Amino acid sequence: MTTFRNAAAAFAFLLSLLFSGLAAAQSDPAALFDQLGKANFAETEKIIAELGKTGDVKLVPAFEAFSAGDLYLRKEDGKVFVARGTGATLQLFNPATGEATGEAAKGALTKLKVNNTVRRAINNALGGLTLLSPDKAVRFAAAQAVLKSPSADNLALLEAALEKETDSGVRTIMEEAKAVSLLSSDRPVDQKKLAIETIKKIGGRDAIGILRSAEASVDASLKPDIDKAIAGIEDTLKLWDAAQNVWYGLSLGSVLLLAAIGLAITFGVMGVINMAHGEMVMIGAYSTFIVQEFIRQNAPELFDWSLAIALPVAFVVTGAVGLVLERSVIRFLYGRPLETLLATWGVSLVLQQAVRSLFGPTNREVGNPSWMSGSFQLGGLAITWNRLWIILFSIVVFLALLALLKRSAFGLQMRAVTQNRRMASSMGIKTPWVDAFTFALGSGIAGLAGVALSQIDNVSPNLGQSYIIDSFMVVVFGGVGNLWGTLVGALSLGIVNKFLEPYVGAVLGKILVLVLIILFIQKRPRGLFALKGRAVE
Amino acid sequence: MTETRPRSLLYLDNVCVSFDGFKALNSLSLVIEPGELRAIIGPNGAGKTTMMDIITGKTRPDSGEVFFEDSVDLTKKDEADIARLGIGRKFQKPTVFESHTVWDNLELALNRKRGVFSTLFYTLTEEDKARIEEILATVRLGHRSHELAGSLSHGQKQWLEIGMLLAQEPKLLLVDEPVAGMTDAETVETAILLKEIAKTRSVVVVEHDMGFIRDLGVKVTCLAEGSVLAEGSIDYVSNDPKVIENYLGR
Amino acid sequence: MITQFLLRGFDRKIVAVLFVLLAIGVLVPASNLLLSPENPLHVPTYAMSLFGKYLCYALLALALDLVWGYCGILSLGHGAFFALGGYAMGMYLMRQIGSRGVYGDPVLPDFMVFLNWKELPWFWHGFDMFWFAMLMVVVVPGLLAFVFGWFAFRSRVNGVYLSIITQAMTYALLLAFFRNDMGFGGNNGLTDFKDILGFSIQADGTRAALFAATALFLALCLAIASGIVSSKFGKVLVGVRDAESRVRFLGYRVEHIKLFTFVVSAMMAGIAGALFVPQVGIINPGEFGPGNSIEVVIWTAVGGRGTLIGPIIGAVLVNFGKSVFTGAFPEIWLFALGGLFIAVTLFLPRGIVGTIQHRFKARQAMKAARDAESGIDSDTKIQPAE
Repeated sequence: MTTFRNAAAAFAFLLSLLFSGLAAAQSDPAALFDQLGKANFAETEKIIAELGKTGDVKLVPAFEAFSAGDLYLRKEDGKVFVARGTGATLQLFNPATGEATGEAAKGALTKLKVNNTVRRAINNALGGLTLLSPDKAVRFAAAQAVLKSPSADNLALLEAALEKETDSGVRTIMEEAKAVSLLSSDRPVDQKKLAIETIKKIGGRDAIGILRSAEASVDASLKPDIDKAIAGIEDTLKLWDAAQNVWYGLSLGSVLLLAAIGLAITFGVMGVINMAHGEMVMIGAYSTFIVQEFIRQNAPELFDWSLAIALPVAFVVTGAVGLVLERSVIRFLYGRPLETLLATWGVSLVLQQAVRSLFGPTNREVGNPSWMSGSFQLGGLAITWNRLWIILFSIVVFLALLALLKRSAFGLQMRAVTQNRRMASSMGIKTPWVDAFTFALGSGIAGLAGVALSQIDNVSPNLGQSYIIDSFMVVVFGGVGNLWGTLVGALSLGIVNKFLEPYVGAVLGKILVLVLIILFIQKRPRGLFALKGRAVE
Repeated sequence: MTETRPRSLLYLDNVCVSFDGFKALNSLSLVIEPGELRAIIGPNGAGKTTMMDIITGKTRPDSGEVFFEDSVDLTKKDEADIARLGIGRKFQKPTVFESHTVWDNLELALNRKRGVFSTLFYTLTEEDKARIEEILATVRLGHRSHELAGSLSHGQKQWLEIGMLLAQEPKLLLVDEPVAGMTDAETVETAILLKEIAKTRSVVVVEHDMGFIRDLGVKVTCLAEGSVLAEGSIDYVSNDPKVIENYLGR
Repeated sequence: MITQFLLRGFDRKIVAVLFVLLAIGVLVPASNLLLSPENPLHVPTYAMSLFGKYLCYALLALALDLVWGYCGILSLGHGAFFALGGYAMGMYLMRQIGSRGVYGDPVLPDFMVFLNWKELPWFWHGFDMFWFAMLMVVVVPGLLAFVFGWFAFRSRVNGVYLSIITQAMTYALLLAFFRNDMGFGGNNGLTDFKDILGFSIQADGTRAALFAATALFLALCLAIASGIVSSKFGKVLVGVRDAESRVRFLGYRVEHIKLFTFVVSAMMAGIAGALFVPQVGIINPGEFGPGNSIEVVIWTAVGGRGTLIGPIIGAVLVNFGKSVFTGAFPEIWLFALGGLFIAVTLFLPRGIVGTIQHRFKARQAMKAARDAESGIDSDTKIQPAE
């Protein structure tokens, strides 16, 4: 019994040896690898493609080794191995199976040369091979790799993989990869037509590139389809570009809104031109810096909370500076707007120099908490987290302020003072204190803006200077005394700016916006949302 | 249209204007004859000042016609044009050039060429000098002619402003509350002065002071809510039940 | 007519200041050129150039005072007119370099060769001629002021709104001149000048002549400004400042009055800029900075706006202070300047000259009132109500 079984096993082994020997000429991986030893680059490419077609996942490490330059030819017998290690002796492994097969002196081996074409071929083959990997993530990555560098060689493999594939996400990518690969293959025209449709659905600049390069090689009858697909993709792209510009515009607009909204309050309610408003923003940003430094030194685990802590700190610090400023300078200048402008400009110089003396003239490092960094993709939009948070933050600040003005007792007093100062004061409203706290509120909001801006701009003593003119433009454009005007003003200026930028460049775009505002003010001297009638005079 | 209209100095027909939904003037019609002195009364917000704004080109009406001397459409002109046509205006709050002397105030108001270069190279002629001195005498400010207008009393500023209007040689004078803040003696003087002025030109006076209006003894128009409520002699108007209800009675 | 116009402006104070200016214009260069360096009265060249710079600033402040002090238009963009005048002069000086530049191109300035430009942009033509460049020194700022003012004054933009948009104007120009494609040397501006009208710009004689020219032009502009201010037009101007609507209802075209003054003022600022550039040897976009324009306002405010002599004194004093401070304690200068802004607006709103004049006038008025009281004014029937 045992003998017979042994004999049968031996026979089967012999048979298999025989068959494998016959097949080796064509597709035995080990033999193919050995052929690499003598092949030139063109032949190497072919061999790699052959190896790829086996669909054998075990070959992956060998390919990776080849790409990394770890594939060697043993001079004595012309066999090819993967060799690893450092020093004079290297460990040898069978490329087809990955088994260790002893070691050899470095001198007895010759490295197989790799150039870029070979490397590309390897990557293609790898892409095909890993398509069959049992690991879903690996398959997904492989399908994407094929999609990035399509090749007709992978087509059969892709189709095989698609038959087995169960995961819908991976399937989609594979379908797309198949379509892309199909275009450069010799498949029939109707299949290619379908492929073009699939590619159109992928969209994006890469798809256009693929279609363009395919256009040269495919059948002439397909050209209209390709052109149509390209046009379709371009239309979609334009839409996404516009959406992206709107997004950038909203982002800039939210920054402008933050910077301008405090100004809208002091200007709108009190008629005070606060040229030091930008410096309040700057102080807010420095408050963030100080809070972060403190956290770094004392409680690094709280770093992700640093902005949440900085917000009230900045609000209180700048609010207090504003209160002092109002009590010590501005209150003596009511009814003299031009003098107020000059005095606050003086204050801005003093504050700038004070910060420069305290913190030095260079930029200070303010870090992004983890939830503020990075970005994500939404359709064709690239959205960075910090911009998204700043937009949300500016909306929250705006709504909170609106609620404060409309719903609180302080807001009511503030509005009363705006509309009729004398009447308000004779009704028992302490107008000087309303003024002082209104100014403190405007300054405090500037401080909040500073916290937000510290995340996207350089924190330096000049931070405020770069925003002051823009914020004034927003307030003047939107109309004084109306928060909605400020909102609309900020967003529309932001969006117009970002739409002009691609056509004329950032600087010229900004100049154009300034010129447009100057012209606009001629038309509506009191801004977009102006009060009308006798009350204005 | 032009044929059927009575010969008038100032003609307002169906003038409407609104600010943010509030109707300041609601189809107001008014005719001032040449040489007429007219008093206009009415509660706050009746549209008196807005009417003056419309006539002097400060505000544009939403609809309606405003004609000067039957032919000039005032809605198409701006303040300076209208002033040059011969319509002078005194504001509710006396508005004079406080950092100029009384003399300079009148010199600026003189009806001479007002272009940039004519004023740059202007020199005071004997004729102009005489005219200024005459006006100074009329408004009783001769002794203070070289003092700054800012140092005048409230009543004197009112008078200086009237003097400036005279220097403008207007055909029509619009006077907004000329006796506000004046003493009784000053009020009486002002009434005499205005009547004197009205001998040579038309005057429209807006006033709250009924005693003053009575002193003037002229046709009265009562405005309320942007349109004419009653028109006639002071006795007629002050006995009108609508006027009593809307204005006098309260 | 013109002489009469000017003569009217020559009141005693103005004549005295004109005389002082002309004397400075003669004596300083003379001392620099004729006296030996050992002589205690010798003015060294650097000091003369520095003082010449102050006089340019004084002219700029005078120009600003004409619109702000007399007409009530607070322009925060006068630095732009100054810089445009400076650029016009700078372009002339660039063209004078000829083939002596680093790249040796006979026509193109160095920065154009560096940017690979093949030919001169159209707006650089003509600037090789002195008369044309000098014309542009007043025409370009005047034209900008005209266009800007025409729009702004016609639609009655005033007060802080006007201030803010003048600031936006100079800011827009700042951004524009920073661009290399504008053709004005971008960031670096125009510099490395060699000579002016054939005289080396570094020579003591040229510097002395430039100083004299600055003093002369300052005197000339002061005379013109004084003529304007003391004419009937000047009275209208003050009227516009104090009670704009009254002026309008008297039948004056306020927009024309403002426009004329704004344009004249811009031209003076342009001249100041043109005199400034050869003395400091460079013009760059930084001159358009909004901060510069506001600084001019403070010179004017310190000296006394609404007086013609005030801005001249203010500009010289503040800039002298700046030279001293930035040399000795650079850290403190911005504190001092900022403090000056606050202090002047709070405690000295009339400025130095204005305060002195006011005291003087108040004393006179008191004297006049005493005189009046001793006499009997029989024609007053109206007693003051207050």
